[in-house]
Amino acid sequence: MGKEGRKFDTKVQYLKYKVLREVARIAFDGDEFQLANSFNDIAKVVAPGPKATMRCCVYKERAVIAERIKMACGGDKTNPNVIEVIEIACDECPASGYQVSQDCRGCIAHRCEDVCPKDAITFDENQKAHIDKTKCVNCGACAKVCPYSAITNYVRPCERACKVKAISMKNDEMRAAHIDNDKCISCGACEYMCPFGAIADKSYILDVISMLKKSQNNTAYKTYAIVAPSIASQFTYAKLGQVIAAIKKLGFYSVIEAALGADMVSYTEAQELAEKGFLTSSCCPAFVDYIRKSFPKLADNISHNLSPMATIAKYIRDREPDCKIVFIGPCTAKKMEIQLDRVKPIVDSVLTFEELQALFDSRDIDFSALPEEALDNASYFGRIFARSGGLRDAVEQALKEQNIDFDYKPIACDGIEECRLALLKASKGVLPNNFIEGMACVGGCIGGAGCLTHEARDKNEVDKYGREAMEKTITDAISVLK
Amino acid sequence: MKVTVCIGSSCHLKGSRAVVERLQQLVAENDLKDRVELSGKFCMGNCRNGVSVTVDDELFSVSPETVDDFFKQNVLAKL
Repeated sequence: MGKEGRKFDTKVQYLKYKVLREVARIAFDGDEFQLANSFNDIAKVVAPGPKATMRCCVYKERAVIAERIKMACGGDKTNPNVIEVIEIACDECPASGYQVSQDCRGCIAHRCEDVCPKDAITFDENQKAHIDKTKCVNCGACAKVCPYSAITNYVRPCERACKVKAISMKNDEMRAAHIDNDKCISCGACEYMCPFGAIADKSYILDVISMLKKSQNNTAYKTYAIVAPSIASQFTYAKLGQVIAAIKKLGFYSVIEAALGADMVSYTEAQELAEKGFLTSSCCPAFVDYIRKSFPKLADNISHNLSPMATIAKYIRDREPDCKIVFIGPCTAKKMEIQLDRVKPIVDSVLTFEELQALFDSRDIDFSALPEEALDNASYFGRIFARSGGLRDAVEQALKEQNIDFDYKPIACDGIEECRLALLKASKGVLPNNFIEGMACVGGCIGGAGCLTHEARDKNEVDKYGREAMEKTITDAISVLK
Repeated sequence: MKVTVCIGSSCHLKGSRAVVERLQQLVAENDLKDRVELSGKFCMGNCRNGVSVTVDDELFSVSPETVDDFFKQNVLAKL
C-alpha cells in the first residue's frame, strides 16, 4: 500500500482517499467545468492499468472509480441518506445464511436435527446433514450445538456490521446491497466493513473548497473549523499543533474545539437530568436517530441539548451571522445531523478525518515544515467526550461543580447492540439507570467510520489530550463564554 | 460600548479567561452593565500579541496583569 497508504486501516479507505484527493486537487485549482471534464483523468490516476489490480479488468475498475468520483462530488442528490451503495462496486457476496460445511462428520448424535425448531435438517446416505432452505428460519440453533462447528452462517459483511438491520439484498435480480433509509442511522459501520468499498458516505468537499475559495482569504467572510476531540487519536504522523496549522493553511480562519461545546453540553445536561430524572444523551446523532426510528416512545427522554458541535457552532454563529462553519470529525452521521431543521442554520458543512487527509494532500502540505499552532479551548471533560464513558464522567463532574443534589446512576453504552439493550430495558421500565450515554460506534467517536485509523491506543491518546487541557474544570472552560 | 475579548486558543493560553473574569468584575463594580457590552470572539487574527481585546473597533493587547490599567484608560476614560 506504500508509505502513504499506511495512514489508513484498509486499502479500501486508501482507495477512497485517492479519489477524494484528486477531486480536491481539481476543485482547488480549477472550476466545476474542469471537474466535469476530469472524470477519465482521475480514473486513470487511481487505476493506471494496464493490468487490473482490484476488479476483473481495468475498465470495470475505472467505471467504479467514476462512481466514487460522483460520491466525492456529493453523490445522488435525490437520496436523502448520506450513506449510499455503489451498486456496481458491490461484489454481491453470497448471503446464503446457515450452511453445513465440509467439516460435517456425519455423526450419530444429530444434535442439529434435535434442536431445529422447523425440522429443516435432513441427512444423506453418508449421514451428513443438509439444511432445507425452504424451512430454515436462520435461528442458528444448529450451529450452536454442532460439536464440530461445521455449520456456518454466511452473512454479508455489510449486513453483519449493520446492527439496526437496515441492509438487505435489493431483490432476486439485483443482488447488490440495499439500504433501508427508514432504518439506517448513517453510522457508517457498513461502509467501514465492506471489503469492496461498495458503500460510501457522500462527500461535501466541493462545498467546503468552494466556501474557502469564495472567502478570499477570509476577507469576504470567515470560515471556522470546529474539530472533534477524537482528532487527538488521528494524524499521528504529525504533532496536533501542526495539524491545526495545516487546517489553517487550507484556508480556515480559526480552529475551535468541539470539546468546548461538549463542556457547555455537560453543564446544561446535568441540570436537565436533575430536572427530568431520566435522560438519554443527544451528542451522537446516530444514537438519537436510532431512538427516534426504533424506540419512538422514548424520544421524549432525549436531552434537548444540541450536540457539542452544534452548541459551539451556535455560539459562533450568534456573534457572526455571516461566517461559514465546517465541522471536522470522525463521523458520517454528522452529515445527517446538519440537515436537521435545528442544526441546518448553524453548521454549513461536515468533513471526516478521511476527507481532511485528502484535502491536506491535494494541497501537498508538508507537515514537517509547519509550526505548531495552539488548540486549547476546552477542559479535560469536554475532550474525553471522544471516547465511550467520557460524557458519563463529564455529566457527573457538572453535577458536582454546580452542587446539584442528584442520585446519578449512569450507564455508558458504546455500539448499537449495547444501546439497544439499555433502551429495551428503559422501554419496559426495568433499567436501573437514570442516564444513558449512547454512542453508536464501538469505543465511542474514536471508532467512527470517518477515522483514518481505529486502534486500541486511540482511547489513551484521547485521555492524554484531555489531561493536556489548560482548563481543569467545566465551569472554568465555559466561563469565557458568558 | 462593546468590549470583545479574544477567546481563541492562542489568547486562551495567554490568559483570556482571567482577562474576561476581571473585566466582568470591573464592569460590575463600576455599575456599567448597561453601558458596556462584554463579548467573546474566536480569534482576532492578532495571535502573537494576545490577549487581544477590541473596544468597539479599536484593537488592544491586554494581559491578566495589565487588564486593570487597560480598563481605566480605554474603557472608563472613554465612556
